[in-house]
Amino acid sequence: MTRTEARTALVELSGVSKHYGTVRALEGVSLEVRAGEITCVLGDNGAGKSTLIKIIAGLHRHDDGVLRVEGEETRLTSPRDALDRGIATVYQDLAVVGLMPVWRNFFLGSEPRRGTGPLKRLDVGLMRRTARAELLRMGIDLRDVDQPIGTLSGGERQCVAIARAVHFGAKVLVLDEPTAALGVKQSGVVLKYVAAARDQGLGVVLITHNPHHAYLVGDRFVLLKRGTMAGSHTRDGITLDELTRQMAGGDELDDLRHELRET
Amino acid sequence: MSTTTTDRSAASAGGNGEDKDGRTDGRGGGRAGERILRSSPLRKLLTRPELGSVVGAIAVFVFFALAADGFLRASSLSTVLYASSVIGIMAVPVALLMIGGEFDLSAGVTVTSSALVSSMFSYQMTANVWVGIGVSLLVTLVIGAFNGYLLTRTGLPSFIVTLGTFLMLTGMNLGLTKLIGGTVSTRTIADMEGFPSARAVFASTLTVGGVDFKVTILWWLGLVALASWILLRTRTGNWIFAVGGNKDAARAVGVPVARTKTGLYMGVALGAWISGQHLLFSFDAVQSGEGVGNELIYIIAAVIGGCLITGGHGSAIGSAVGALLFGMTSKGIVFAEWNPDWFKFFLGAMLLLATLLNTWVRRRAEAAK
Repeated sequence: MTRTEARTALVELSGVSKHYGTVRALEGVSLEVRAGEITCVLGDNGAGKSTLIKIIAGLHRHDDGVLRVEGEETRLTSPRDALDRGIATVYQDLAVVGLMPVWRNFFLGSEPRRGTGPLKRLDVGLMRRTARAELLRMGIDLRDVDQPIGTLSGGERQCVAIARAVHFGAKVLVLDEPTAALGVKQSGVVLKYVAAARDQGLGVVLITHNPHHAYLVGDRFVLLKRGTMAGSHTRDGITLDELTRQMAGGDELDDLRHELRET
Repeated sequence: MSTTTTDRSAASAGGNGEDKDGRTDGRGGGRAGERILRSSPLRKLLTRPELGSVVGAIAVFVFFALAADGFLRASSLSTVLYASSVIGIMAVPVALLMIGGEFDLSAGVTVTSSALVSSMFSYQMTANVWVGIGVSLLVTLVIGAFNGYLLTRTGLPSFIVTLGTFLMLTGMNLGLTKLIGGTVSTRTIADMEGFPSARAVFASTLTVGGVDFKVTILWWLGLVALASWILLRTRTGNWIFAVGGNKDAARAVGVPVARTKTGLYMGVALGAWISGQHLLFSFDAVQSGEGVGNELIYIIAAVIGGCLITGGHGSAIGSAVGALLFGMTSKGIVFAEWNPDWFKFFLGAMLLLATLLNTWVRRRAEAAK
C-alpha cells in the first residue's frame, strides 16, 4: 500500500447544499479533509451532521456546491462508488451484522476469493488470519474471530469497523459519532484507534457532539447549526473553552444565562 | 504491510500455540494468541443452527422404530426418504431465503404453476416435452424474479408481496388451465416425444441393493450440498447472511442487497421448477388446484431446522433435517397404523418444541461465552 505523503485535500466540500423537498437539510457547507489529519464536524441534533455524512458516503447526492475527491470534482452515486474512491464510512449503529462471525464481518462486501469458475470460493483461511492480525495490530486481542460480532462490546465493534476500513486501504475514514453510546474508558479506546488511523496517513472525518473528544484528536473543526456552517477553525485558531462554548450554544447560551438570572 | 504483521503474529503465536487447544477446530487458520480461550468443540456444536432439529429427528426416529413395526425396513425408510425429499427440495431454497430475511408464500403454488406450464406448453404446441420443460424453467424463474422485483422496488414486507402473488398464481393456475384445456387438470402427455427421458430425470426409481429409491432423493441431497457450499464458502453466502442479519449494514459496506434478495427468490423458483417437473412426470397430468398450503410446510421444515424467522441465521442441512422430520412423522403414523388425521397435530407440536429447543440452546451457548 503506498501512502501519499503530500498533504493534498483528499475530500473537499465547498458551498455544498442538500434539500429534501422544501426542507433545507444542508446549506453552503465547506470543509476539507487532508491526509494525516482529523477534521471534526460538530453540531447539535438536527444540525445536518447525518446529511453531511450521507453525501460524503455516497448515500445521497448533493444539490448545490462542489464536492472534490483528490482534486477531482464529482458526485458520488452509491456507497460502492465512495468506497472505490477510498472513502470508507463507519456508522454509529449499522457498521456490522451482529449474528455473523467477526471474520465474516471484517471482509463483508470485499471478500477475498480463490479458485476459478464454479469452484471460486472464499479464502477462509486468509480471512480468519487477516482479521485476527489486523485487529491485533490495532491492539484488539479477540478470543475468537468465530464469535458473532454482536457479542463484542460497543467500543470493540467500532474498532473492528475502523480496522476493517484501514485494512481495505481507505484514504478517508468517516466516523459517525463513534463515541456517542460509549462510556468514558471505551471512548478513550476508540479515540486511540482514530488517532492510530490518522498516524497511518488517513484523512479522518470525525462527527461528534462532544467538543472534548473532538479537541483531543482534531486538527480542524467545522461547526454546524441548523444545516448551515456556524464556524470553521483550525486547531491554532480556537481553544477548547471557545469550542465548548460554541457547541453549547455560544451567544445563545449567554442570552439564556441572562434570562435565567433575571427571573 | 499486512503481510509483515501476519507473519509477526503467526510467529508469536507459534511459540505458545501448542499447549493450548488452538488447533482443535480443524477448520484451519485459527491460531491461539496470548490469552485466547478457544471455545470448546462442544460449545461450537451447541451454536450450530441445526442442533435442535437433529436431537428432535433422533427422538422421532427412535420413537417410530419402537412404535411402528415395519418402520425400520429398508423399503419403509425409502418411503420416508421419498416423502422427505419432496418437501426437502423446496425447503432448501426456502431456508436460504429465510436466512436472507424474507418469506415466500407463493412457493407452494409456484410448483403447480411450473408443472402446468411445462405440460400445457408441450401439449398445445405438440412439442417435445423437453421444450415445455425449458419454457417452464424460464417462466418459473420469471415468477421468482417478479417476487424479488416487487419486494425490492416497493419495500413492502415479503409476507404481503408473496401473499399477493400466491393468490394471483392460485387463480391463474385454475383460470388459465380451464381456459386453455377446458378442465381443471391438464391432458396426459405420456405419449409425447421425450416423455420417457424426462420421467427418468425427474421421477424415476433407482434400485440399490434390492431397495427402490426415488430419484428425488438425489436431487434433494444435491441441492443440500450445493446450498451448503454457497452459504458457507462463497461470497454470495456471506451476502445472504448479511442481508438477512442487517440489511442496512450490508448495503453500507457495498453488498448488493436487491440483487441478493432477488437471486434468493429465483432460487426458490428453481426449486419449484424441479418439484413441479417431478409432480408432472410422476404421473402424466397435473391438477391445477394443487400446491396450496405446501408453502407453510416448507417454512416449517426450515424453521424446525434452525432458521431464524427474522433472518440472518440458519443452515441448509437444518432444512434437510426438518424435511426428514416431516417425512418420518407423516409416514411413521401410517406404519404405526394410527389415524393419519393426527399428523398435523404432531407437526405443530414438533414445530413448537424444535423452535423452543433451538432458542434455548442458542441462549445457553451465547451466555456461556
